[in-house]
Amino acid sequence: MSATAAKLPATAGPKPARSPGYWTKVGRRLLRDPVTMGCLAVLLAIVLAAVFADVLAPADPYKASMIRRLKPIGFPNHPLGTDELGRDMLTRLLYGGRMSLVMGIVPVLNALVIGGLLGIVAGFFGGRLNMAIMRTIDVLYAFPSVLLAVAISGALGSGLTNAIVALTIVFVPPLARIAETVTTQVRGMDFVDAARASGAGSLTIIRVHLLPNVLGPVFVYASSLISVSIILASGLSFLGLGVEPPRAEWGLMLNTLRQAIYVQPWVAVLPGALIFLTSICCNLASDGLRTAMEVKL
Amino acid sequence: MADAPLLSVSGLTVSFGTERGTASAINGVDFDLKRGEVLCLLGESGSGKSVTLRALMRLLPERRSRIAGKVLLNGEDVYAIPEKRMERLRGKAISMVFQEPMLALDPVYTIGQQIAETIVRHEGVGHAEAERRALDLLERVQIPSARRRLKAYPHEMSGGMRQRAMIALALSCNPALLLADEPTTALDATVQMQILLLLRQLQAELDMAVILVTHDIGVAAETADRIAVMYAGRFVELGTARQVLKTPQHPYTAGLLASTVHGSMRGHALEAIPGAPPDLTALPPGCAYAPRCPHAEARCTAAAPAVSWLEPGRMARCVLSEATV
Amino acid sequence: MTALHLLDPAPDVGGPHQPLLEVRNLTKHFPVRGPLWGAKPVARAVDGVSFAVAKGETLGVVGESGCGKSTTARLLMRLINPDSGTLTFDGEAVGSKLGLSLRDLRRRVQMVFQDSYASLNPRLTIADSLAFAPMVHGVSRRDAMAVAGELLGRVGLAPECFLGRYPHELSGGQRQRVNIARALALRPRLVILDEAVSALDKSVEAQVLTLLLELKKQLDLTYIFISHDLNVVHYIADRVLVMYLGKVAEVGPVEAIYGNPAHPYTRALFSARLSMDPDERTSAAPLQGDPPNPINPPSGCRFRTRCPHATSLCAEREPAPVDLGGGHLVACHLHEVAHG
Repeated sequence: MSATAAKLPATAGPKPARSPGYWTKVGRRLLRDPVTMGCLAVLLAIVLAAVFADVLAPADPYKASMIRRLKPIGFPNHPLGTDELGRDMLTRLLYGGRMSLVMGIVPVLNALVIGGLLGIVAGFFGGRLNMAIMRTIDVLYAFPSVLLAVAISGALGSGLTNAIVALTIVFVPPLARIAETVTTQVRGMDFVDAARASGAGSLTIIRVHLLPNVLGPVFVYASSLISVSIILASGLSFLGLGVEPPRAEWGLMLNTLRQAIYVQPWVAVLPGALIFLTSICCNLASDGLRTAMEVKL
Repeated sequence: MADAPLLSVSGLTVSFGTERGTASAINGVDFDLKRGEVLCLLGESGSGKSVTLRALMRLLPERRSRIAGKVLLNGEDVYAIPEKRMERLRGKAISMVFQEPMLALDPVYTIGQQIAETIVRHEGVGHAEAERRALDLLERVQIPSARRRLKAYPHEMSGGMRQRAMIALALSCNPALLLADEPTTALDATVQMQILLLLRQLQAELDMAVILVTHDIGVAAETADRIAVMYAGRFVELGTARQVLKTPQHPYTAGLLASTVHGSMRGHALEAIPGAPPDLTALPPGCAYAPRCPHAEARCTAAAPAVSWLEPGRMARCVLSEATV
Repeated sequence: MTALHLLDPAPDVGGPHQPLLEVRNLTKHFPVRGPLWGAKPVARAVDGVSFAVAKGETLGVVGESGCGKSTTARLLMRLINPDSGTLTFDGEAVGSKLGLSLRDLRRRVQMVFQDSYASLNPRLTIADSLAFAPMVHGVSRRDAMAVAGELLGRVGLAPECFLGRYPHELSGGQRQRVNIARALALRPRLVILDEAVSALDKSVEAQVLTLLLELKKQLDLTYIFISHDLNVVHYIADRVLVMYLGKVAEVGPVEAIYGNPAHPYTRALFSARLSMDPDERTSAAPLQGDPPNPINPPSGCRFRTRCPHATSLCAEREPAPVDLGGGHLVACHLHEVAHG
């Protein structure tokens, strides 16, 4: 009787023996979420439009024409009107999208790698190393992000690369913070102790046990930062610290079209509308991703 | 009328919508509870005992759960009255003690403030009087240095003391019925004994009815007048504590008693119940225990066995008991 | 030759009469938040604990919260480092240059934790979780997967049904079986079970206990079984160690401890067991108050504040262990008188 008592009949039943992985489940949940899928579709359209700007743009983004200044939306040959120098808005918005998206995504990616690494190291090893890293990060964190971006950008000078560097520095602290918090939480769980108890080294434990559990929440947080980055980048350009004229970039366009707001308000707000659309889609998609990933696993 | 039961439950059925389908947490529960009686709901995880408790106080999330049946508290159907009336009943006529006091007590208010707030709300007395009563309650639950503890926050107290504080909070308005959901599971053995004795003492002093949910047969033996054994959302056996523990009628009860480990079994193999509790989203049509039952017959899987009343107050839901009736 | 034999258990060095594990004066204090200046308070979680575990026995460790039994378990596995004290495994000192390295220790001693869910990485399949330890020690992935399948079979779970699953799809009892399988992957000689069955339903608990006893026979294991459930310890243990507030109160053969508890705390603990008979209910609590805090333990004998027999001597001096014969030791002044 004791022999059969130890053997557990397979209570699995008709279910398959291989379960779909975590990301498969997340993907399935996402597919069932209409809001998130909608936002992702819009974002994809914006990205594709920016990537294929060469093909899609009807005109030359730098070709100015004083006669055709500030024409309204629906003007023949200029479906979205023209800007204050007579350049085609549609073309400028398409090319501007490239700049804005690059300035939005690249800094977050950089910060994800740098901040994530710092946070994971701080969280895993704890103690003095943790204090050293996190308190240094806190110094940067104490500055409001806009001020910090402006200050660093101002010190480095204008230009795309400098703007990206400035924004990266702005985003490293929050990402490091969240990486450290999650790592500390996961580090305290029994399965990490069990892994240590098997004699595994720190790197193996980080790679096999920590990263898969930590990257998820950090990634979701990073995706919510993309919208902030786009806005900050536009802000920098608006202040003349990011991209320089005559390059097209949505923030810069907002700046130069400022005076036109009384003449052609609808044209003047177009870049702002696109910044808004992109940001809100990023935010909603990131929320949807968080919901899909948060379910008990 | 002194004879009318304090609580009368008939046909209680609760199901939740989950990702994997509808989970039938409770499948037809009927019982009466007299004033001052202690009933123990005994069962393991998934038996539906905690859900039953929350259903009695209408604490289940109304949107996700489907509830049918009647719960009559002093003649009033808890599910037919408006929510405002239910709020007035909760804490005053019927109140609850939870398993984890740290989760049930608000961490940003002192114990004294929380108890006084409840008293002010339900009894309508002034704050000073409420504080005096709160002190009285803390002394009643045998918290040492009660006056000092009035100003303590939950995290400043040990587990046993927090549980006492929670009991004080639950008793603050002299409820007729106290619901206790595994109140001592999270406590150490010596503290558990103190709390159980305290509950017994208070229950006798206040002539309060208690429904106590537990998975521990020892807790049931120490506190219950009557025991109801639950499995897969149904009562499979009901009777006085002595009847259920000494002469179990249902194979599950017998299995539970036999598999409870104690020292005299040393050297012998344990008689474990094979298998695992059923999946509540896919309950079999017949008796839910049949897959694990050593006495299962063909008719057990065909249809759920009817309730057999062996004598007034003694019930078992098993084909084997039908024979003796 | 099964895949399990790719990893062999560490050989028996000292013979059957040498204790498998000897612990001397293990001490661990945790710093606690305190005032900015002045003495920093410490929680004296484990304070001078000494005991030995014989080969092939099951040592039960009982005590309430704050007694230090879980900390002791983690100290034995060197998941935390002791402040002082020595650990000797089968005659070899742990941590010293000539003795066992930590890596070697971890091949010999493994642990099963209480929380079956937190013990498994939610992102890894059962197969990956089980194969992790062998791969760390050099076994190829293919062989490690074979080992994983065999281990599951040994703990009563059909490999084809469970290898590809994730922890959240298993019940508590199934997860705990996986944890036991994982602990056995490196063929340890000593397994520490830290409240391994406490969180399980009673019917599942019985199944897992039966499994543990079988595995012990099959694989020639030694167990340290930590639990707050006195009945389970009575069933499974050969010897019992009773801890109170970081110290050993009493230790001895199970029948001696259960039949003739010498320490007042042990007696109180046993009287606090719930009666299974509704006709014979407990009428008085054996002990008042809550288990105290290890931050500021009472001077002398730590139990004296709750002990019905405390004398002035108990406040002055800590009692040294007294041998009552037959391997039964108790740390209590009451027994010093009788046994000199």
